[in-house]
Amino acid sequence: MTLETVGFAVVATVLLASSLAVVLTPNLFHAVLYLAAALVATGLIFLLLESPFLFAVQLLLYAGGVVTIVVFAIMLTERLVGTRITQTSRHLVNGAIVAAAVFVGIIGFLIQAPAVSPRPGQTADTTAAIGRLLVGPFAVTFELLGVLLVVALLGALHFARSEE
Amino acid sequence: MIGLPAYLVLGAFVFSIGLFGVLTRRNAVGILLGIELMLNAVNINFVAFARFNGDLTGLVFTLFTIAITVAEVAVGLAIVIAIFRVRRTVEADRLDLLRG
Repeated sequence: MTLETVGFAVVATVLLASSLAVVLTPNLFHAVLYLAAALVATGLIFLLLESPFLFAVQLLLYAGGVVTIVVFAIMLTERLVGTRITQTSRHLVNGAIVAAAVFVGIIGFLIQAPAVSPRPGQTADTTAAIGRLLVGPFAVTFELLGVLLVVALLGALHFARSEE
Repeated sequence: MIGLPAYLVLGAFVFSIGLFGVLTRRNAVGILLGIELMLNAVNINFVAFARFNGDLTGLVFTLFTIAITVAEVAVGLAIVIAIFRVRRTVEADRLDLLRG
């Protein structure tokens, strides 16, 4: 049992538990908080895979940005006091069957896959390498992403603005 | 040493849980949360493959996925708020204007 094994077991348990809580808890507000926990756990998985830059991006954009937006949306569409914030689920059995079938399908692929090579040693600083890739081979994609973000924000403003 | 399959199985688990949430939630915001989980599982796979193949392209793709997801959440929640203004509900079952 190396430190990495223990870390992976702990983070994976937290991730699975909070993911289950996201889809099962009746209180929508609690579901968002569990989602934040799941997103932070995913960031820790990135850290275990030696990608500290993605860990930082995950924390800033996902756990910071997305969760904040979702909380605002819930505050605008639900009454926080009272019972309306509770949500019900439907077709629990059917949903579980479909999800389990997809899981079995993925695992079937994994079993058929050829044995993977062991983890290669970390070559260099991944953060600097990602930065070089973003302004090198992926520069056009990177710029398009900026355009997409501007368009998405303008679209969101257009949808959510009040009619006056 | 944790191998690649452990990360892939973890990703498959989270993806299935997210799919379950998308299929069973009634609230539109709840469905969006399930989609978030599924995209997150895909990111785990990307980073794991990138690490075990020694290819950084997967990390760059994960960055793009995260940014696009943020845009998707912003637009999706704006639509939810617009729907709420008109219909006073965000229950997906009751948004059946286009039902034949």
